[in-house]
Amino acid sequence: MKFLPLVIANLGRHKLRTILTITSVALALFLFASLRTVGTTLDAGSQASSAQRIITQNSTAFVIPLPMSYANRLASVPHVTEVTWANWFGGKYGDGKKFFAQFAVDPASYLKMYPEFLIPEEQKQAFLKERSAAIVGEGLIRAFGWKVGQNVTMQGTIFPGDWTFTIRGIYRPTLKEYGDDSFMFHYDYLYEKYPDRVTPGWYIMKIDDPNVAPQVAKTIDDQFRNSSAPTKTGTEKAFAAGFASMWGNVKLLMSTIGMAVVFAILLVSANAMMMNQRERTAEVAVMKTVGFSDRRIFGLVITEAATIALTGAILGLGAAILLPTVTGFGDGGFLPGFHVTTGTALVGGVVAVVLAIASGIFPAWQAARLPVVQALRRVE
Amino acid sequence: MALVEIRDVFKSFKREAQTVDVYTGLTIDFEEGSYTALMGPSGSGKSTLLNLVAGLDKPTSGTVTVGGATVSSMSPSQLADWRARTIGFVFQSYNLLPVLTAQQNVELPLLLTNLSRKERADRTALALGVVGLSDRLDHYPRQLSGGQEQRVAIARAIVADPTLILLDEPTGQLDAKSSEEVLELLRRLNKEFRKTIMMVTHDAKAADHASTVLHLEKGVLLERAGVAT
Ligand SMILES: Nc1ncnc2c1ncn2[C@@H]1O[C@H](COP(=O)(O)OP(=O)(O)O)[C@@H](O)[C@H]1O
Ligand SMILES: [Mg+2]
Repeated sequence: MKFLPLVIANLGRHKLRTILTITSVALALFLFASLRTVGTTLDAGSQASSAQRIITQNSTAFVIPLPMSYANRLASVPHVTEVTWANWFGGKYGDGKKFFAQFAVDPASYLKMYPEFLIPEEQKQAFLKERSAAIVGEGLIRAFGWKVGQNVTMQGTIFPGDWTFTIRGIYRPTLKEYGDDSFMFHYDYLYEKYPDRVTPGWYIMKIDDPNVAPQVAKTIDDQFRNSSAPTKTGTEKAFAAGFASMWGNVKLLMSTIGMAVVFAILLVSANAMMMNQRERTAEVAVMKTVGFSDRRIFGLVITEAATIALTGAILGLGAAILLPTVTGFGDGGFLPGFHVTTGTALVGGVVAVVLAIASGIFPAWQAARLPVVQALRRVE
Repeated sequence: MALVEIRDVFKSFKREAQTVDVYTGLTIDFEEGSYTALMGPSGSGKSTLLNLVAGLDKPTSGTVTVGGATVSSMSPSQLADWRARTIGFVFQSYNLLPVLTAQQNVELPLLLTNLSRKERADRTALALGVVGLSDRLDHYPRQLSGGQEQRVAIARAIVADPTLILLDEPTGQLDAKSSEEVLELLRRLNKEFRKTIMMVTHDAKAADHASTVLHLEKGVLLERAGVAT
């Protein structure tokens, strides 16, 4: 601690150089954390989707529904952790020129199954409480100029009649890819009008491990093969696998760029530390004649490098963590839900420590083993 | 027993193919409380002698003992420790760290001790008082004259209360007046504070201040000159 003024004095020697070095470290860690966050954000999106969800439909035709009794049987299949169901409503709104999908869903279990639909909590509660309530994507709200609390009436085509819903909530998808133009309402609302005709159109299951999806699908389809309503089960989207591996490549690219930037900055700050040390050869020699041991000199140089690296890291990581919140970058648009995860912050910390050690170790080692006699001769 | 005992010291440097023999069997004592001026032409081995005594360099063979401790056989970390307690070293120039104030420069050796912050401040102030620079505590080296810089360096050399002060041409870059001040200060340190001093110098006037003058010629002790005041 008492050596701190010495370290600070040395950092202040070339203020501009120190500031530039700290800035480059900050920038490197900012980029590193941000690029990694692009990856984790995409991951979070794709994790919530396809890979972990499978869908069971009627194998004869998509439009033929499945018995309600399947719900319990599906729930007891190994690896299945959640079950929900939905129905295609096929309503017509206004002149019917703008098509949009309407689903009758089991409200609570459906919203739980699709965490990528972000709904304010009080809207969600209002939707769950009321039988005729609907949740609508913000894209539809924009298209039709609807408001929360407004009644919307549609003509049923599959289920005839005038259907009036009250909009109780607006959802925003975490990823654009999920779409923001669906209309969802209570399954029971549909069922109570047509109790004889309405059973689930398809079931959606969440499984605890994306890798077992094929086995689970087979188990399910085998189970119902000889029943009156045989099933066809698959992952949520056929392209799920391709989708994931595409993002895998993007992630690889991102992390490669991130590491390259960090490595470049490592060279920059190691160079700055080495320049510092070269200029101080005589001073190090003097300190050694005063009685500073090689180890102490080593420690001082490393501490100096560490101060630069860690200050830069705190600024860079801090900016990466705070900026999305301050600018509202993560609230929507390109990458909804963009925020630096704890894991990224930790990895950033480790990178900073490695940077500190790697940039300081060579100059520190050089200073420590500097032969005093030679160094003094060069001076005189 | 003398404070510094040099026994049968050989010292040679290898430079490319050839070997430079600086000392071939040097034996000499420096008594406690003595003030010795080392003179001689450039390259005669004066700095090498100081380096050997301070343990900055090792003899090729032979022994160097200071206050009973065999300097020539200590490990590097033992040496660093021992040097902090025993030796005060002053060079011709570049003594001070430019980024530290006079006070911080003088305090440097005390950072290696267990003294409290208060004790360090007290002793630093005392040392700067002895060299007459109490009013320059917060000045940086570039704000000091050459003579003042050397006095700060001397303050640093005495602050840890070492037994032995080594100076390598301390007045080599100073004007006559500053030289006189520094030499006067060294005399006081020797007389009042009983510090043992070994000083390399080219300046006969400087050598006059010492109690013993030693002439080196190619590593050989040519003459032990008369005792001054
Ligand atoms: N580290 C070294 N490497 C090679 N030669 C050296 C080294 N130190 C001193 N010498 C040589 O040893 C001799 C004595 O040097 P030095 O003690 O510096 O002389 P002085 O201080 O009397 O001018 C010179 O010839 C010098 O070139
Ligand atoms: Mg010399």
